[in-house]
Formats: sequence, C-alpha cells, structure tokens
Amino acid sequence: MAEGHSVSYTTICLARTRAEIKSFFRQRESVVFTLLFPVILLVLFGSIFGSQDEIIPGTPFINYFVAGMLGAGLMTSSFQNLAITIAMERDAGLLKRLRGTPMPKSTFFIGKIGLVMLVSLMSLALLLFCGVVFFELELPVDARHWAVFAMVYVLGVTACTLCGIAFSSIPKNGKSAPSMVSPIAIILQFISGVFFIYSDVPKWLQNTAAVFPLKWMCQGLRYAFLPEQANIREVTGEWEVGRVALVLGVWIVVGLLWCLRSFRWRNRDDG
Amino acid sequence: MSAVEVIGLTKTYHSKSGATQAVDGLDLHIDVGEIFALLGPNGAGKSTTIEILEGYRQRDGGEVRVLGLDPQRADSGWRSRIGIVLQSTKDLTELTVAESLATFAALYPDPRPMSEVLDLVGLGEHADQRGSQLSGGLRRRLDVGLGIIGRPELLFLDEPTTGFDPEARRHFWSMIDGLRAEGTTILLTTHYLDEAEALADRVGVISNGKLIALDTPRGLRGRQTLARVSYRDASGQIVEIESDTPTQVVRDLTKAHPGELAELTITRPSLEDAYLAMIGNDDG
Repeated sequence: MAEGHSVSYTTICLARTRAEIKSFFRQRESVVFTLLFPVILLVLFGSIFGSQDEIIPGTPFINYFVAGMLGAGLMTSSFQNLAITIAMERDAGLLKRLRGTPMPKSTFFIGKIGLVMLVSLMSLALLLFCGVVFFELELPVDARHWAVFAMVYVLGVTACTLCGIAFSSIPKNGKSAPSMVSPIAIILQFISGVFFIYSDVPKWLQNTAAVFPLKWMCQGLRYAFLPEQANIREVTGEWEVGRVALVLGVWIVVGLLWCLRSFRWRNRDDG
Repeated sequence: MSAVEVIGLTKTYHSKSGATQAVDGLDLHIDVGEIFALLGPNGAGKSTTIEILEGYRQRDGGEVRVLGLDPQRADSGWRSRIGIVLQSTKDLTELTVAESLATFAALYPDPRPMSEVLDLVGLGEHADQRGSQLSGGLRRRLDVGLGIIGRPELLFLDEPTTGFDPEARRHFWSMIDGLRAEGTTILLTTHYLDEAEALADRVGVISNGKLIALDTPRGLRGRQTLARVSYRDASGQIVEIESDTPTQVVRDLTKAHPGELAELTITRPSLEDAYLAMIGNDDG
C-alpha cells in the first residue's frame, strides 16, 4: 500500500530536531538552568573576584575564569542537558513510543545532537558577549588559537553529548535524574579549573579531574583565550594542546561504547 | 489471511525472587480486518503478550507472526504497517497536538493528513494546545491519533478509553467503527466489558498466561446459560431464581401468584457475568 511513497531520512532528522528545540525552549527551567545560569555565575564571580588577581602580569583572573565558564557552559548544554532530559523522556514513555514507530533509531540521536549544537553555540555566544562587554575579555588572537577553540568545542561537546546520552540510563527514573547529574557536574567544575585555578587545586583532586573531559576542555579553552606565556600557570608549564585532543578523543570512543552498551528505550521497571 | 498468528507462546520473567511464567503456551489467531479484544485480570499475561506482538519484548518460545513477520525481527517497513497505542503516557507535554502529529507523520511513508486525524479523534479544537494542557481523555485521543497517523494495517490499543467520560467513549467507539470500515485490524485490551462487547468481533480471555476462552461476545455470554428471574415477594424480600428455562419459571410464577409480581425482571447473563465466572471472580 505504501509503494510509491518513501520516507525521507532528512525530513525525519529535521522533524526530530525541530521537536527537540521546541520542547527545550518551552521548558523555562531548562532554558534558565542551561543558558542563563552559567552567564549569571560568570557575572557574579567575575564581579567578585575578577579584578582582584592577575594570572600573569597584565592578564586578570577573569580571563582564566571566562575560559573555565565556557567549558562549564559547553558541558551543561550537552552532558547535563541530555543526561537529565533523556532520563525524564524515558520515564514519561516518549522513548518507548518512538521505538514503536518506524523511526530510524539514529534520527532520535541526531535530533538531540541538533539541539545540543544550537544550545551550546548560544551558550558560547552569551558567555563571550558578557565576557567582552563586562570584563574586557580578549578573543583568541590568531587563526591558530581560534582553531584550537573550535577543536575543543567539537571534541568536547561530542564527548559530553555521548556521555550524557549514556548517563541518562543510570538514574532509576526521571525524577532522580537531576539530583544524580547535577552534583557530578558541580564537583567536576570545582576541581577542573572552572571556579578555581587548576594548579591551585590539591594534587589528588587534580588527578581525579584529569580523568574526565572538563579539565581538558578548560585547558584547551585557556590556550585559546589567554596569552601564550600564561602557560606558566598550568601544572606542567605547557598548554598540551595535543594531549587535550587526545584525551577528548578517547572520551568520544568511551562515550560511544558506553552508549552502545547501556542505552535503554524503556524504564528499568518496564522489564 | 491472518494478521496475527501465535502458536505456543511462552515467556518467563526471572527476578531475584524467582521465576514467573507470564505467558504459558498461548495460541492466538486474528484475521485481517477483525477487531479482537483481549480480556483478563491484571497480571494474567495480557501486556506481556501484546508487547511481544508489538516487537517490544523477546519471547522464550513459540511461533509468532504479525502481518506475516516475526516481530523480533521487525524492521521499519513492518513498523510503518502497525500502530501502537501504549497504556499510559505522560510525554509530549511541551509540543502542541498539531506539532506532535506533524513530528510523527514524518516517520511514515503514507501518513493521514493532519486534519483527517484531528477529525477522527475529535481534537480539531485542541490542535494548538500543548500536551500538558490536555485533560486525561484528550491526551488519550492524542495517543490514538499518533497511533493511526501512519494508516496502520494493524492497530494495537492498550486500554484506550481509560479515563474517558461516557460521551468520549461513545465517540471513540464510532471512531473505531470508522477504522473497521477501512479494513484496519485491531487488537484491543480493555477493562470495560461493554467496550469489548460493543467493538469486538471476537473476545479472548487470558488467565495465568493461557487463553481460557475464545469466542464472539455473544457466544461467550451464551456460555453462562442460566438466566436470572427476580421479583419482590409479599414480605418484601427479593427472590432470585436461576434457570435455563426462564419462560417456564415465569409461567409457574404467574400461576402461583394471580396478581402483579413486584419488580419482576428477567436478566440474561452479561458478558461481565460470563467473564467473572470464567476467571473465577478473581479479578485481581
């Protein structure tokens, strides 16, 4: 009966992305939490601590902090956003409903990726705008620094997106998702060089943070936004851009395998 | 031609507290174009059976063919020929009715026009309302709308009218008649026996994972052969007489009581009586 008609993969991807974006922006809490909260933190912390210290002579702490907040903003838009919303959608039955349709599984994830791309770019734009307007943040100085910025964005958001999708299967139900995901994100932000200078953090916490992507995202972003010679504030005294790419790349592989192993379309108590 | 063919289906759940045989050698056959109602108490294996047919669950044993294919090997071509209305949902809260329908229409090769779906499920006036703003009954209509948007050959309806007011249920029944006229095969589960009676060509009763009865609603009712004659006697007591010859009972009564018999009724067993007798009044 259906001969002559065909379903376009692109149309489905667009329909899913549109549905994701609409759903996201109509939930006021998720918009405030994901997009505005990092900006509020930036302005707040920037106003309190920004002008007190210098990272190196001539470069105020706020530049270090903006780079960290960019990293945190990227993680919030991808990891927290997906880990929480997918857990809630699974709980509400959306995933089960979709599995009962001819929807190609991949298009669900493509819709999520479309949402994350939009939200993360908006988060970057808002944070950069505030940084430049309120705290005289200097943008990356040359093409090389912009390229590293772009690389951290792509690799970091990809890794965090995959980990967010995978993590969404851990909470027992939708309600418990925020209280499981948010503490992890906040702790990582404290030890990964977002709120404090990473090299000032105790060694064992540094080592813990170095296992996860956020520390490396922040480090790569600092390379992009701080003067070259600020590398003396890094633990190794180097920017380690290659290592940043390597660790984030490994996390992409880990996240992908984790997704493939653990992703569930139904609630755990639904058999 | 059969839409659903099940032979010797078995499914056991294993948990820490032991194994539960949810489906235990179930046979089922549903013709194309038929409306089939599956009844049974909670925990009888209804949902497990349906979810195996829908391709959500793997079976342990037996043969299953749904629209000629094994649901365990279901591909998107097969999925575009079936429609599923799940039991209870609370998703799609932020999208409007029209947006949800449009999102799902994109998944099917030959979707119904949105206006047709809105008409069929009676959501025309609510097209611009968000899912979160819909009452329970209207949400259920949206579920049904999403289930039929792809013009399914086979539609699964799992307790579709739970939470409906009587008018909404009537409306829903006439919608099912419309789908029947189009030749859609429907597998329905319901707790409302009048619903099964009004809609279904055949009814299957499932208990302890087995099909214990399979008949037309009328045939099923007929299994409970005793009719009930009741009246109020001179002392004001209700007297009930069960008999397979109620006419003779009335004849004898009128002979014995020359006057008018107070509150005289003759009741034929309802499907509910037949059903309750069958599952041993154990509607857990």
